[in-house]
Amino acid sequence: MWEYTEKVKETFLHPKNVGEIDNPDAVGEVGSIVCGDALKLFLKIDKETNRITDAKFQTFGCASAIASSSALTEVIKGKTVDEALKVTNNDIAEYLGGLPREKMHCSVMGMEALEAAVANYRGEKPPEVDEGEIVCECFGITDQKIKRAIKENNLHTVDDVTNFTKAGGGCGGCIPDIENILKEVWTETVFKEAAVPKRKLTNIQKIALIQEIIEREIRPLLQSDGGDVELADVEGSKVIVSLRGMCSGCLMADVTIKNIENKLKELVSEDLVVVAE
Amino acid sequence: MKVIYLDNNATTRVADEVKEGMLPYLSEYYGNPSSMHTFGGQVHRRIEIAREQAAELINADPEEIIFTSCGTESDNTAIMSSLESVPHKKHIIATRVEHPAVLNFSKAMARKGYRVTFLPVDKSGKLDLDELRNSITDSTAVVSIMFANNESGVIFPIDEIAAFVRSKGVLFHTDAVQAVGKIPVSVKELPVDMMSISGHKIHAPKGVGALYIRRGVRFSPYIIGGHQEKGKRAGTENVASIIGFGIACKLAKDHLQTINTRIIGLRDKLEKGLLATCPDARINGGIENRLPNTTNISFEYVEGEAILLRLNEYNICASSGSACTSGSLEPSHVLRAMGVPFTAIHGSVRFSLSVYNTDDEIDSVLKIMPGIIKELRELSPYGREAK
Repeated sequence: MWEYTEKVKETFLHPKNVGEIDNPDAVGEVGSIVCGDALKLFLKIDKETNRITDAKFQTFGCASAIASSSALTEVIKGKTVDEALKVTNNDIAEYLGGLPREKMHCSVMGMEALEAAVANYRGEKPPEVDEGEIVCECFGITDQKIKRAIKENNLHTVDDVTNFTKAGGGCGGCIPDIENILKEVWTETVFKEAAVPKRKLTNIQKIALIQEIIEREIRPLLQSDGGDVELADVEGSKVIVSLRGMCSGCLMADVTIKNIENKLKELVSEDLVVVAE
Repeated sequence: MKVIYLDNNATTRVADEVKEGMLPYLSEYYGNPSSMHTFGGQVHRRIEIAREQAAELINADPEEIIFTSCGTESDNTAIMSSLESVPHKKHIIATRVEHPAVLNFSKAMARKGYRVTFLPVDKSGKLDLDELRNSITDSTAVVSIMFANNESGVIFPIDEIAAFVRSKGVLFHTDAVQAVGKIPVSVKELPVDMMSISGHKIHAPKGVGALYIRRGVRFSPYIIGGHQEKGKRAGTENVASIIGFGIACKLAKDHLQTINTRIIGLRDKLEKGLLATCPDARINGGIENRLPNTTNISFEYVEGEAILLRLNEYNICASSGSACTSGSLEPSHVLRAMGVPFTAIHGSVRFSLSVYNTDDEIDSVLKIMPGIIKELRELSPYGREAK
């Protein structure tokens, strides 16, 4: 049995804005009956103000898919199209008092339906169609969609990618590909920041700076994922750290170490090497 | 509100007689059956009565029964023991519709170097016996095929299968967890070497099962330790549950008649009623050889979890093969093996009855269900196509 919040249950049992809109200004359709969930969103939009005056939905899916659809329509009604586009899957989940992690893909479906509807309204092609390569054959999920979910929701494990996108939840054949995408995304983006000019440092200054950067730049990132790192020692150009919490024993530990090294190379000194204790 | 429990293939209520019979062994009779003193010894004697009761239900000899912790342990033990008794043979045959206790155990063995053949089934859930004949080779160590399927209720012709496997000199195990207690099962007439039974499917508590091991079959224990169960299954006995299991076996024997008259009638009434009142509904699996208590119906254009949670509002308990109810995103492996279209699997609901169900309960479900299906179809973008 899923741990649904009272709000999810209530919204599922008594969803709001169910049905079609006659002569809608926008329609967004995502998912399919084969995949197990599908959402069709209808919008009425005031052409003068670009404000969404009415929103209705039809959903095939589980309780959280139906609740997420209802939540989406409630959240976007009255907003302008631009304001509505700022709504994320997390806003939908939040409106419902949270969703089980395994059901987050239901909220993502809501966000995608909205984007599809807005594209339809603006006469653009629906987002993500023909973009990227299919990674998950079972559910037809592209690498672009996976990358986006990873970045927007700060995902670090294959399970989480499955929870948010369904990718990897079928035959599991694409799990190695998802692992590669995770590595790629996090090596690419986590520590991408403007470099500061390098100075010639004394040993003491170097250690102090390394300590400061670990405290300021690296720990908050790791802590947000339940992990942590501490500076254990500095021997010449060798920086010894110990990974804590979720980081210790994490399959991605090597990537994390590499990222810390890149950051320190960038901000302190090119010759630094980071090793785990 | 009273619970209407139609999920008896998942688990069953503990019968009052079972509970009453167990209670003394949870209080005053706490002795260890292995002890030398009378206080423990009397518990041992009571366990032997339970063994006789279990043996009687399947027409076995008491010495051919060992108690385990559950059906899964019985299944794992049977396959492992078979593999160890013929160590030079590295091939396992099972079916695609086995319970995870056999399916995933076989897959785990495949990762250790065994070759595993999973036999397919047809649309009605029937096994292709020619496939079995073609698959069995000199290197086959064990064939493990379930007696009856937990999801579809389809019963396999175990007599025919077992006779063929024996003629090839290969060990045969059957997971009879869903069959025993619902249909007559007699190992005297069935050439099976090992058979798994579970307590909680027949109104005993959870955490107890049994494995039938035909006399003369080579056996290696799976759980190793003390000399309990004549060295075939170590670990201090789960005394109260074993005693409860024995009582449940006795009750099951008495209940067989009721299940195959009154309960099959209620199941048919439920099935016919739902098909008549809910458009675009279909039965999954053939109905000729089926457990008397089970029906698996797909309601197209709606999703199973949504149906179950609406039923839940009326305290009606059933289950679904839908992906959303499984904890993974994969819908039922049984219904997929049967070639049920994904669209229908997502909307599948299994009702499984027991002797405790009443005519009034079935009437209630028949009154409530059509409205739920109609409402959910009104929510669904595909519902309209149904009209």
